[in-house]
Amino acid sequence: MSEQNTEKKLLEVKDLRVSFFTPAGEVKAVGGISYDLNYGEVMGVVGESGSGKSQEAYSIMGLLQSPGKVIGGSITFEGQDVLAFSKEEMTSFRGSKVAMIFQNPMTCLNPVYTIGNQLVEALRAHDKTISKADAEKRAMEMMEMVGINNVEKRMKQYPHEFSGGMRQRVMIAMGLICHPQLLIADEPTTALDVTIQAQILELMKEIQKKTKMGIIFITHNLGVVADICDKVSVMYAGKIVEQGPVDDIFYEPAHPYTMGLLRSMPRVDAESYERLIPIEGTPVDMLNPPEGCPFAPRCEKCMKICLKKMPPYVEVGPNHRSACWLRVQEQMNKEEN
Amino acid sequence: MAKEEKILLEIKNLRKYFPVKGIKGPGVQAVQDVSFFIHKGETLGLVGESGCGKTTLGRTILRLYEPTGGSIIYDGTPIYENPLGPEGTPLGKAKSVNMLPYRRKMQIIFQDPSASLDPRMTVGEIIGEAIDIHKLAASKADRADRIKELLKKVGLNTEHANRYPHEFSGGQQQRVGIARALAVKPEFIVCDEPISALDVSIQSQVVNMLEDMQHELGLTYLFIAHDLSVVRHISNRIGVMYLGSLVELGESYELNRHPIHPYTQTLLSAVPVPDPKLSRTRQRIVLEGDIPSPMNPPSGCRFHTRCPYATEKCKMETPVFKEHEPGHWAACHLLDK
Repeated sequence: MSEQNTEKKLLEVKDLRVSFFTPAGEVKAVGGISYDLNYGEVMGVVGESGSGKSQEAYSIMGLLQSPGKVIGGSITFEGQDVLAFSKEEMTSFRGSKVAMIFQNPMTCLNPVYTIGNQLVEALRAHDKTISKADAEKRAMEMMEMVGINNVEKRMKQYPHEFSGGMRQRVMIAMGLICHPQLLIADEPTTALDVTIQAQILELMKEIQKKTKMGIIFITHNLGVVADICDKVSVMYAGKIVEQGPVDDIFYEPAHPYTMGLLRSMPRVDAESYERLIPIEGTPVDMLNPPEGCPFAPRCEKCMKICLKKMPPYVEVGPNHRSACWLRVQEQMNKEEN
Repeated sequence: MAKEEKILLEIKNLRKYFPVKGIKGPGVQAVQDVSFFIHKGETLGLVGESGCGKTTLGRTILRLYEPTGGSIIYDGTPIYENPLGPEGTPLGKAKSVNMLPYRRKMQIIFQDPSASLDPRMTVGEIIGEAIDIHKLAASKADRADRIKELLKKVGLNTEHANRYPHEFSGGQQQRVGIARALAVKPEFIVCDEPISALDVSIQSQVVNMLEDMQHELGLTYLFIAHDLSVVRHISNRIGVMYLGSLVELGESYELNRHPIHPYTQTLLSAVPVPDPKLSRTRQRIVLEGDIPSPMNPPSGCRFHTRCPYATEKCKMETPVFKEHEPGHWAACHLLDK
């Protein structure tokens, strides 16, 4: 791929559905979501715990845990159908084309192997021809790239000798060692302190600029989204309720859930005390999701139809769409006039 | 300030070391000579990275951990006293009081709501236990009424008294934890990261509830958190901790607009703001390195290893925590001119 331009489609997800078949019943963790990701683009996925944001990412990686299953839709990566991959194809796809970094770097590193050992293993698993010495050299280059000093000594150390921020750097190095086109970051900074979070975000931005890969950044922190993402998908109860360029999402939110989230957070630049406006109610019980729009029971602008039917997507701006009956109504009024 | 401000709690040079087996020396120096006071009805926020000793400080104030030195004065009465000598070592034996009557006045809300509630007790029993220990109910009926009243106060139904903690969501469990703390009609509550385990949309509900309780019952809070925006929202004044020491203390909006300690400046600039345009233009100070070990803290100013302005003096001498502007305290050599 010599002439990658940033406008080219890297990943296309269409109407993806993931369900967990539990003894208590079917849990529709992801209920039909669609999005595109171009080369060099960072997409944020926001939502509360249980909104399906991680499961959606796991299905791209083929890492869904039983009893979870992809029951519908398609995932297309560089024109290839990911869901049709055989086990061997999936193994080579995972790691070399797409990599993932997780929330807790300690549980993702093997405590009984040295960092160097694990980095080299990741590389040699995908490139069988590379010699051990070359692999070690590459591993050291990667560690330098993610800002780890004293590389030769660090290679021989074990995960417990690294701090949380350093471990996350190792995870990033390991993810990027095979030059993937897509990086899925599942809450990579949630377990870190703000000062370390700032370091990791700067690092990811820098690497992204250099490599032009696509990133799916899963988080619940809207501040992080504003910092690193180009576009955002807001998920609620397994559905994308709003999707659009980052500025539109923050300055012209079109879904009551997005508006509620933005309003319920204290602003760092606030000059005086303002009372918070919370979203009332509790998150959806995914075993018994409500009929219609999943957010309706907590929505202050809820109408009769919201409780009966899931709203369709409405284009509210360029590349900006929202699933809300209010927007449907607005559009119908516009067309009438 | 027209209103007469009464100091409810004051700590002087409070210190807590945890001895480490097999290692000579003072062990982990978790809290190093921290002094401050809290007015009645005020909220003092405490921020800092993980491992900076903010939770230890909160627990030491309640004497859930026995202090190593210094003094704690509650409402004019010393509940622990062990003044430090000129060498910095505690003089003689500590004077302390029986805590039971003070436990009724000083309460705590914990970070992890599910871990802090006994899974084998119903919510009614959990709240009732506190009432029983302090013999606050005249009769069985009175006790039941109080439990119901408390549940209503924190936004739960009275029928919830017969349920077990696992039947509740995280936000509801935290409400139970708050009801338990309020059961003994305390004056002072240590809120130890009460919202960090909750979903974003639930956080603001709990913050608003804590504010309402404060106004209604005249409570005084020590609010510990690592999320600066929430702390600034809820607190009158904020203290910033680094590696066991208090580095800056000031009125919350003043501290935010005009931080004088280099660490506070970095901490503030590292917080991601939920505003894409602002975050693109904002200058971020990224700290090098990680937080040093509190077992072997740096000499002099504990921040000097990461401080961009550190001088020789910072390595040698510990800066004094003093008032630089009215109500604005800090410990930094750069401010001594």
